[in-house]
Amino acid sequence: MHRLEGLAKLTGRERYVDDLPLDSFLWGMTVRSPAPRGRITAVRFGAGIDWSQYTIVDHRDLPGPNEIALIEPDQPVLAANIVRHVHEPVLLLAHPDRAALRRAVRAVTIEIAPEPAVLDFRIAPRPDQIQYGADNVLKHLVISKGNVERALAKAPLVVEGTYETGAQEHVYLEPQGMIAELDGGVLVLRGSMQCPYYVLKALLHALGRDAQQVRVIQTPTGGGFGGKEEYPSTIALHAALLTLQSGKPVKVVYDRGEDMAATTKRHPSLVRHRTGVTRDGRLLAQDIEVVMDGGAYVTLSPVVLSRGIIHAAGPYHCEHVRIDGRAMFTNAVPFGAFRGFGAPQTHFANERHMHRIAACLGLDPAELRRRNLLADGQSTATGQVIADGTDRLAILDQALTLADYDAKRTAHAGFNATNATKRRGMGLATFHHGAGFTGSGEVMLASRVHVAGLPDGRIEVRSANIEMGQGTLTVFTELAAARLGLRPSDVIIATADTARVPNSGPTVASRTSMVVGGLVERACDDLRKQLGFDRSIKGDAVRAALVRWYKKHPGETLLGEALYERPPGIVWDDVAYRGDAYGTYAWAAYVAEVEVDLRTYDVRVLDIVAVQEIGKVLNELLARGQVQGGVAQAIGWALLEECRWKDGAMANAQLTNYIIPTSDDLPSIRVAFLENPYAFGAQGAKGLGELPMDGPAPAVLNAVAAATGADPCVIPLTPERLMELIENAEWGMRNAE
Amino acid sequence: MRNGECGMRNDKGESKRDATPGTANSAFRIPHSALTFTFTLNGAPVTVSVDPTERLLDTLRYRLGLTGTKEGCGEGECGACTVYLDGLPVNSCLVPAYQVREARVETVESLDPAALESLLVHGATQCGACTPGVAMTACWIQSHRDLLTTHTIRELMAGNLCRCTGYDGIVDGITAALEARS
Repeated sequence: MHRLEGLAKLTGRERYVDDLPLDSFLWGMTVRSPAPRGRITAVRFGAGIDWSQYTIVDHRDLPGPNEIALIEPDQPVLAANIVRHVHEPVLLLAHPDRAALRRAVRAVTIEIAPEPAVLDFRIAPRPDQIQYGADNVLKHLVISKGNVERALAKAPLVVEGTYETGAQEHVYLEPQGMIAELDGGVLVLRGSMQCPYYVLKALLHALGRDAQQVRVIQTPTGGGFGGKEEYPSTIALHAALLTLQSGKPVKVVYDRGEDMAATTKRHPSLVRHRTGVTRDGRLLAQDIEVVMDGGAYVTLSPVVLSRGIIHAAGPYHCEHVRIDGRAMFTNAVPFGAFRGFGAPQTHFANERHMHRIAACLGLDPAELRRRNLLADGQSTATGQVIADGTDRLAILDQALTLADYDAKRTAHAGFNATNATKRRGMGLATFHHGAGFTGSGEVMLASRVHVAGLPDGRIEVRSANIEMGQGTLTVFTELAAARLGLRPSDVIIATADTARVPNSGPTVASRTSMVVGGLVERACDDLRKQLGFDRSIKGDAVRAALVRWYKKHPGETLLGEALYERPPGIVWDDVAYRGDAYGTYAWAAYVAEVEVDLRTYDVRVLDIVAVQEIGKVLNELLARGQVQGGVAQAIGWALLEECRWKDGAMANAQLTNYIIPTSDDLPSIRVAFLENPYAFGAQGAKGLGELPMDGPAPAVLNAVAAATGADPCVIPLTPERLMELIENAEWGMRNAE
Repeated sequence: MRNGECGMRNDKGESKRDATPGTANSAFRIPHSALTFTFTLNGAPVTVSVDPTERLLDTLRYRLGLTGTKEGCGEGECGACTVYLDGLPVNSCLVPAYQVREARVETVESLDPAALESLLVHGATQCGACTPGVAMTACWIQSHRDLLTTHTIRELMAGNLCRCTGYDGIVDGITAALEARS
C-alpha cells in the first residue's frame, strides 16, 4: 500500500501548523540570551517602539514552577536570574504584525554579567566552571563484564583509538511551530510534535493547570528525527504563556535560523577504545570510554548516554568488556534526541576501531567481523544472551555479495595504482540497534491503545503515536485492517489529540510499529472479543456486528483496549546495568564504496549497500524509504554537516553554510531486508527507524581509510580535515626519510 | 539572534524595511505604503496590495491562502517554496512580490494530481514538507525532458532538499514518469 496521506502531501493540501487558518491571532517570538553564561543584570526595552502594543512575558508570569518537566526539572521555561547557554529563552513577545514583532525582538537588550563558561566537553572543568554537581557530570554510567584489566594485560595485541563525532542538526524541513488558544477554559495547543503527552505533561507542570484544562493536538509533522521529541514542550509553553497573558490565540513558528540556533542537536561525542585481540583477530577485551556533550541542561542526555554505551561494544562476542560513559554539562545549547539516540556515536567509534584492528592484524575487515559477530548463545556487553536465530554472518555475506566487495577491492587496487588523482576504497560496518525503550522503559511507559468501533462498521485507531513522515498512518491502518480482515478504507487513524487518544507513549526509539503496532493489533482483538467473536472471525462479520452493536447501544462507544505487557523472560537491572537491555535487536551490515579526489579532498560515495534483518517488513516501500533516508542523513553527518561554534553559539545556523546532502551528493542507496519475525512485535516486526543512522558513517570512513591509507577518526570528515590528515602524514613521512 | 528575513537580504535590505514601520510582512492588513498590482495566479488574474518588502512566498501563503507552498529555509537553499514564474521554477522566498506584476505564477495547487501518481508509488514523499517543491521541480523536469540530454535527474533535483527519502524515491518517481510517457 502507498502512503495514505501521500497525495495530500504531493498536492500541497496537507496542512501543517503554519498552514492552519486562524483568526485574529498574535505572532509570538522569543528574546534570547546573547551569552553562554552569566547573570541577567538588566532587560532593556528600546526607544521608538510603543511597548504597550506588545504582549510581554517573562519568568514572573509563570503560574506554576519555572521548570520544563522532563527527566530532571533543571531547565527553566524562561531564564530568571542566570543564563546557561546562548539563545536561552529569556523573554517572550507577541504582536499581530510579524514584521513589527521582529523589530521589537531586536530592540530588546538582555544585559549579562558574564561568568566563566564551559565550551569544550573534552576538557576537565576548572572550579569556577562547575555548574552541575561537583564535577559537571550530568550522568555517569558503567557497564562491566568479566575482567578487562586482566584480559588486556594478557592480550597478545592491544589496539587503541580515539574517535570524535560532531553535533548534527536535524533539519526537519518543517521548522518547529505551535499554536496556543483558549477554548472556553481549556488551553488548546496544536503543533508539530512527536510526543503529545510529553507536551501535555510539561504544560500541566509549569502552568499549574489540571488535566481537564489542557489539550494537546498534533498537527501533520514535517519531519522530526528526534528534534520534535522534547523541544516542542518549550515552544508550547511559550505559546501558552503568551495566550494566557493576552487572551488571544498565539502562533509561534520558528524560522530556519532560529530553529537551527536555538533547538537541540545530536550530542557531540568522544570515544576511546582499548582492545585486546589475539593474533588471529578474536576480541579478548574491550575497554571503552564514552564522553558526550550534554549541553546546559539535563534534558534527555542520561538516556542518550545509556543507549550509547549499551551499543558501544557492537554486535560482537567478547568476554571482558568495560564501558564507562559520562554526559558532561557544558554551556552549549542543550543536545537532545536525534535518530539513533547515542548509538550512532558509539557505533561510529567501534566500527572505525574494528577497521583499525583489522589493519593492525593485516586482516580483511570483513574477516575480522566474521570472527567476532555474535552467535546465538553468546552475550552482549550487558550480559544479554542473544538467541534469536538470526544468522548474522548471512547478513554480512549478503551485503558483501550485493556490494561486490571482493571484486571491487581487487579493481580498486589496480585503479589506485594507476590513477594520478583519485583513490577508491571499500568500507563496511556491522552493527545492531535495540528497539523500543531501554531496560525497564517500556514497562514504565505503560502504553495504552484504543480501537473504537464506529456505528457504520468502520473502526478508529486511537493512539498518541504520530505521523512525521515515517509512515505511522499507513502502517497502523494496514495492521488494523489485516487483524480484523477489513479494508484499509474501513480504518480511521485518530488525530493524536490528548482529549481523545490514550497515552501510547512517545513516537521515538523505533518503537511505534513494533511496540505500539502490537498494541493496535491486540486492541483490535479486544474489540472483536467484545463483539463475542474469536480471532477466526474477520471482515464483513466484524463490520456487521459493529453496526448491530451500535443499533442496540445508541449513544455508547465500543472500545477495544490494549495495555503494554513486557514480553516474558526479559530481565534488566537498572542499577548494575546488566541484563536484557532491549527486547530485541535489529541487525545490519552496510558496505560503502568511495572515491577520494586528492586535489580537492572531496569524498564521493559511489555506492552504498544496506542489508538488515528487521523481523518482518511491514510495508516494503516505507521500510526502504526509512533506510534510504537514514543512510542519507548519516552520510551527511559523516562528510558534510558541521556545526561551527563561536562563543557557545552555532555560527552557521542556516542552510547556506550548514550543508546537508542534495540528490546530487548521493548515489542510489541499495537496500535489502532479511526477515526473522520477532514474536512480540506487530506481525513480527522489529524497530527500524533509527538503525540506518548507525552504520553509514563508519562504513564511509572505513572506505576512505581503505582508499587513502589515512586513518580518519573525526567526523564530519570535511575536505579540510582530510587534507590535513593526508598532507600531515605525507610531511611526516618525508621528514622521516 | 537571527530573524529570518534573509529572503529579503539580496533585494531591498534593512533600511527599506525599517522605513515602513508598522507594516506587515505576513500580514492581514494592508500597509499605507502598499503596492497594488495584478498578476496571473494558476491561470486566473488576481490583484493584491502588498508591502514593498513582502516576499512572494508570504503573499501566496498568508494573503492568498495558498499554503501548499512551504517555507523551509527562507534563503533559497531548500526549494520547498518552489513556484513557476513565467514558466520557470524559482524560490518564492527570494522573489519580492511586486516583481510578479503582470507575470504568470503557478503554484503546487495548479498541478494535476494524476501527474503525481508516479512520485507517490515510488515513495517520493515522506514528511511532506519539502514535497510541494519537489513536485514542482519534478513536473518541470517532465515537461522539459530535453534537459536530460545535458543533465541528470539528480543534478536537476539538487535545488530541492529532502531530509527523509535519501532522494531515491524522488529520482525513481521521476524516472518512471518519464518512461511511462515516452
